[in-house]
Amino acid sequence: MDAVGRAGTALDPAIPRSAPPPPPGVSLPARQARGLAADALHRLLRDPAAMVGLVIVLLMAGMAVAAPLVTRHDPLKQALVERLKPPSQNHPFGTDNLGRDVYSRVVYGGRISLRVGIFAVVVGAIAGTLLGLLAGYGGRVTDSVISRSMEIVLAFPSTLLAIAIVAARGPGIENTMLAIGLISIPVYARLSRASVIALKERDFVLAARCTGASGSRILFRHILPNGLSPLIVAATLGIATAIVEAAALGFLGLGAQPPVPEWGLMLTDARNFLLNAPWAMIFPGLAIMLTVLGFNLFGDGLRDALDPQLRR
Amino acid sequence: MVAFALRRVLETVPVLIGVSVVVFLVLRFIPGDPAIVLLGERATPQNVARLREQLGLNEPWSVQYWRFVQGLSRGDAGRSVRSNRPVLEEARARLPASIELTVAALLVACVLGIGAGIVSATLRGSAADHASRVLSLAGISIPIFWLGLVLIWIFAVQLRWLPPDGRLDADTRYTPTTGFIFVDALLQRRPDLAVNGLRHLILPAIALSTVPMAIIARMTRSSMLEVMRADHVRTARSKGLPERTVTWRHAFKNAALPIITVVGLQVGFLLSGAILTETIFAWPGIGRWIYESILNRDYPVVQGMTLLVAVIFVLVNLVVDVLYAALDPRIRV
Repeated sequence: MDAVGRAGTALDPAIPRSAPPPPPGVSLPARQARGLAADALHRLLRDPAAMVGLVIVLLMAGMAVAAPLVTRHDPLKQALVERLKPPSQNHPFGTDNLGRDVYSRVVYGGRISLRVGIFAVVVGAIAGTLLGLLAGYGGRVTDSVISRSMEIVLAFPSTLLAIAIVAARGPGIENTMLAIGLISIPVYARLSRASVIALKERDFVLAARCTGASGSRILFRHILPNGLSPLIVAATLGIATAIVEAAALGFLGLGAQPPVPEWGLMLTDARNFLLNAPWAMIFPGLAIMLTVLGFNLFGDGLRDALDPQLRR
Repeated sequence: MVAFALRRVLETVPVLIGVSVVVFLVLRFIPGDPAIVLLGERATPQNVARLREQLGLNEPWSVQYWRFVQGLSRGDAGRSVRSNRPVLEEARARLPASIELTVAALLVACVLGIGAGIVSATLRGSAADHASRVLSLAGISIPIFWLGLVLIWIFAVQLRWLPPDGRLDADTRYTPTTGFIFVDALLQRRPDLAVNGLRHLILPAIALSTVPMAIIARMTRSSMLEVMRADHVRTARSKGLPERTVTWRHAFKNAALPIITVVGLQVGFLLSGAILTETIFAWPGIGRWIYESILNRDYPVVQGMTLLVAVIFVLVNLVVDVLYAALDPRIRV
């Protein structure tokens, strides 16, 4: 068993570069993958659109993390004498209907949106990937059950399903994250299932199987690392979708609850004061758009970088 | 072809059954007693008991589901807790408004999206191409509820060119024949009704169309670029055919297939986007009704409408698939 295990590691992604060249006919995906990764990174760094996206994302994330340092006002502090004030030096984005500083609320709102986006993607990606791996590797019945279930989830327009789930479970950030994560499961399930099906008959997987590697070892050490790139792209673009969807739920009153400075919820408040205080509506919306644009640009660039055939 | 269509229709049946199960479960997902949630904490035990009886909550789930399906087969999706009227009857009154908005948005998205995509592909690398690519990326990233507010602020509040909400001016006298304003304007020979309706339709249709438009533009561009490199396009050019004929007859016709799929997928976005758009523009359709019903905890309405929208979405996908097969014989194998 020990010898088999060692033989298995010889085909692992951790193969040393100084290893002797493989005999003809044995493919070494791990070695290629490292070459590809460096290659992809090189392409990514030279893609101006992707870099703009990355800068936007880092900027928004940096502001959110350093919120107390880059703002002067408490995002929750009301000052009725200051209500609906236009942008000024003291309040760069103006104040809202309760006299709260819109700039502080937008910056702190980034914390919530990014958290929701990332958490929802983590939930969806982990659950979806596991289901997809199982569907692709687990035999016809398992595949059929999982694939049909995913088709049923996909039969619903995604936002509507998220709304229905949150409506049933009750409004709030946790349910928002859960609902958005749940509706994104089929995306990752389909991608990882496709990877398994494409890879499971390849030589390196067959070789691993010959060495006696267990099913889970083959899935997680051999197949998953080689089918990871579409999942990474989907997850990056998925954060963008999740942020918009969370803001939409917030806007409908189903997401974050007052007085939390969430971007969608801020738009709901600002909606009634369009005539007097358009700034309270403009800046939270711009923040959503910019963040989402950042993730979309970066995700697009990542896809191009990881799949050179897609490049135009 | 017929065999493919039949097979595709048969494949839809289990999906529809699954959809009905999910929709059925939504009401059961409510934490606690749904009857208390529906009636409020102060409801008397008698009222709660009566509602539980009415909703069939005392039965086992399998029986409840069977009742639910039986009701659906009779065209009964339950009654609104608020108005006590059948859900589907109320839906019928609101459906024309939603269909008008969705179709208008889809039209705008297709015409502008495909147009921008073709211009982008044929003038690759030009200023127009760059502008169209930047705009479509922005379009994908824009939250439609925010865009709706911005449009209202600019065109209704500041410029006062267009009305901010509703489907018709408040003082318009209108007795629906079909419920579709533009059809009724024709039937009742009332051009004023059509103009009035159109003025109200423009802003919500633009807001709702943005994301699909951007996605369609991107798909059209990449699909056209791929086809324009193909040999048959080079042959068409070398025959001396005018560029317009090459673009439309030889390139676009072959690039259209993936575009059709993407357009079909956008219907799902439009259906859920309508909830946001209709809410912002006070549009009296299904979407706003779903939103109001959520706020009022009118779960039978939420359940019935989620089911209706999902069924529409499944059927649209079915039509798109069959259409795709009709256009591309390779799919039918």
